[in-house]
Amino acid sequence: MRLFFSALLTLLLAAAVGLGATWLTLTRGVAFGALTIGAWTAWPKSGSIDIDPYARAIIARTGELPVGAGDGVAFYAHTDDIRNPLDGRCTYLISGITPAARYWTLTLYDPHGRLVANTLDRHGFSSAEIVREANGRFTVNVGPRARAGNWLPSGGVEQFVLVWRLYDTPIGVAQLTTKEGPMPAVARKSCS
Amino acid sequence: MMLRLPLWILGALLLAGIVHLSTVLAMPNAATQDAYSRLAQLTPINAVVPLPPPSAQDATMPFMDPAFAVAVCRYDLSSGAIKLSAPLSQAYTSVTFYTRNSVAYYAINDRAAGRRAIELDLMTPEQHAQVPEEEDVTAADRLIIESPTRRGLIVLRALAPEPGLMFIARRAVASAQCRIEPLPGQ
Repeated sequence: MRLFFSALLTLLLAAAVGLGATWLTLTRGVAFGALTIGAWTAWPKSGSIDIDPYARAIIARTGELPVGAGDGVAFYAHTDDIRNPLDGRCTYLISGITPAARYWTLTLYDPHGRLVANTLDRHGFSSAEIVREANGRFTVNVGPRARAGNWLPSGGVEQFVLVWRLYDTPIGVAQLTTKEGPMPAVARKSCS
Repeated sequence: MMLRLPLWILGALLLAGIVHLSTVLAMPNAATQDAYSRLAQLTPINAVVPLPPPSAQDATMPFMDPAFAVAVCRYDLSSGAIKLSAPLSQAYTSVTFYTRNSVAYYAINDRAAGRRAIELDLMTPEQHAQVPEEEDVTAADRLIIESPTRRGLIVLRALAPEPGLMFIARRAVASAQCRIEPLPGQ
């Protein structure tokens, strides 16, 4: 009897810990081969046949299609530069330059990957439409209230995610050799 | 009895590891909301279908890039190879190939294609082996892609550098073609 209960307890513990670990890794986004630059993280291998089992399980669960390695690479930011979660009620300044790419797009999503409703119907910028300074640098204002210049509305959602996609870029293709590639800074200015 | 407790715990942890790894590995085949399943409800097989642009209310898949016009060819190579031809739009056009389980196994963009259109043949490794060799040589500029799975997705993406140019990008991906080409002897 004692043996039976011990075995039962062991199996229950194994199932709980095993399933818990799976749930944690799939919801927290654990994947190998991450390339982190400032607030931005990309998984260049996820766009190729070398994708790891965790990333495969994550995309199967969420239903997204990763950017193919021959197409480009996607950088995700869930936090600002000092690791505070991105809050739609705050104003952020994104500034700097980007790694070499023929085109890039910057898009704002909610944590589930849905676009965020706003009056302008603006969900991002492309490298072609962004307003730049004379030296090629640019700043994007992300926040709930309208700003002059490049304003990306965050709709006041509790949490948001920024995705920077570089298309036709040597990053990722060149085996992560461009690790020092500059990515724009994400700085929180004020919160309402 | 006290000696046995660590053994039970060790056993539980080992089992937990097996449960964890097997559930992670089984996820791609167990998922019912993966990209292929979502698109299976919207698209016929072996035809290019433009996807509605993502909006805050609705999107076919999460994390779609709203700056792109997207069309999908959900393919099944059971009855032959696929001939794909995608005209290039003005700005940037790419074609990405995914397996049934959303693994991007090949991607090509307009610059790599180099011509006015991206044209290629998609087949299984077995079908590729059946292609006569001389045909392979004479058609040196014919790009042949091998699909690791019988079924999968071809995703055509054309960039609209600004929202006003979206109609051009949409027209480009919508005029792409993906046709099944019965193999000789089939």
